[in-house]
Amino acid sequence: MLAVEADRIWKYFGDYPALRGASLEVEKGSCLALLGRNGAGKTTMLRILANLSRPTKGEIKTHVGKGGIGYLGHGIGVYDDLSAMENLLLFGELMGVTDPKQAAVEALERVGLTRVKDGLAREFSRGMRQRLAVARAFLHRPEILLLDEPFTSLDDRAIAVLQSLLKDALNSGATIVMSTHQIREAMELATHVALLERGKIAHTGPQTPEMLLDPGWLYRTYGEAG
Amino acid sequence: MPHGLATAFAIARKDLRTELRTKESINASASFALVILVLFSFAFNLERDEFYAISGGLLWLVYSFAGALIVNRSFSRELPNDCLDVLVASPAPGWAIFLGKAMAAFVLLTIVEAISLPIFGLFYNIHWMDSAGPLVIIILLATWGITIVGAAFSAVIVNVRLRELMLPVLLYPILIPLLIAAMGSTTALLSGEPLTGDNFSYVRQLIGFDAMYTALALYMIEFILVM
Repeated sequence: MLAVEADRIWKYFGDYPALRGASLEVEKGSCLALLGRNGAGKTTMLRILANLSRPTKGEIKTHVGKGGIGYLGHGIGVYDDLSAMENLLLFGELMGVTDPKQAAVEALERVGLTRVKDGLAREFSRGMRQRLAVARAFLHRPEILLLDEPFTSLDDRAIAVLQSLLKDALNSGATIVMSTHQIREAMELATHVALLERGKIAHTGPQTPEMLLDPGWLYRTYGEAG
Repeated sequence: MPHGLATAFAIARKDLRTELRTKESINASASFALVILVLFSFAFNLERDEFYAISGGLLWLVYSFAGALIVNRSFSRELPNDCLDVLVASPAPGWAIFLGKAMAAFVLLTIVEAISLPIFGLFYNIHWMDSAGPLVIIILLATWGITIVGAAFSAVIVNVRLRELMLPVLLYPILIPLLIAAMGSTTALLSGEPLTGDNFSYVRQLIGFDAMYTALALYMIEFILVM
């Protein structure tokens, strides 16, 4: 059963085609690592899947209920002038969480920020802000998680928190699509892999042992330079 | 309360709370309004009757300039940390996000107007308290029009580099009918005329403007936010 379908997606920025007929299918309960070099179109694809951008051509289908998507982009997506608790209460309300306060308390506990729940986000260290962003993305226990370079510039603790939350989400049947350069971290979770090359899907399929052993294998085998 | 309206109030509360902490737009807007009122009072050497004749125009020029400073921040305050992406990706309807932002801007601009109206009366020796009731209605109607159109343009230009310059260029031509009605009715009220007969057409004009642009903005906002 599919959770996400992208059918021949084209996206132009001016004259430049960031995506050129890219198609993608993600099974429910799987974790897809969307790989590719800088400028390959990973962020554009994720933004289209998150309904942040409209495709120029092609069709997107996400098979989830209302409020079923969680998005973690390049920015942390929390308000600097609100406390950690206020941020999560706000997003809980926006996401339609039944009991936003309870959800916020649990989310803060999961990411180890309970002690500073009333501190303003702008007073937090970088690592704490990142953990708050992770708490925000997982707050409503989304059915589909769209993560854009989730491990980039995270500290060790935030990486551990994120990986643990992602594993829990996968175990509870969530679907994950994450773009990444950090193949090793991604491969710990990924069940499937898609390689984007200049806006086209060069390869898509289940993860194989070669990908785990040698991060460059995928690019050499399926990439244009390969 | 339906989820859309609850979302709008949550967004408005958030905007007001962050503004209360930073005071970035209300300080700028209120100071600007007061400085312009003071400068105009020195610039014109008019008789009392002549001041009454230009009072509506003067007041609404100040309010509309102050309003541009408030609405400019409506959507640009979502840019740090890419918060706008999270709002748009959330299941909250676009119209509710927009309505919340317009409501917050409305409250902020009303506060600026409430601060500057007594100063206006003091510097220009204008007895606005005599017609305070109808004047408040005109102010609220025109302020809603300024904030709804301003917030819509704030969303349109949120990713434009020179948005602070772009907003007044886009906003003021659209506001002309509203400003004509607000200026005309305010001048009439401050001159002691009632809001009946011909003067009531100003009220109708304001209500029509508000209704039309509110409906248009709420309908268009999904297309504006997801490009």
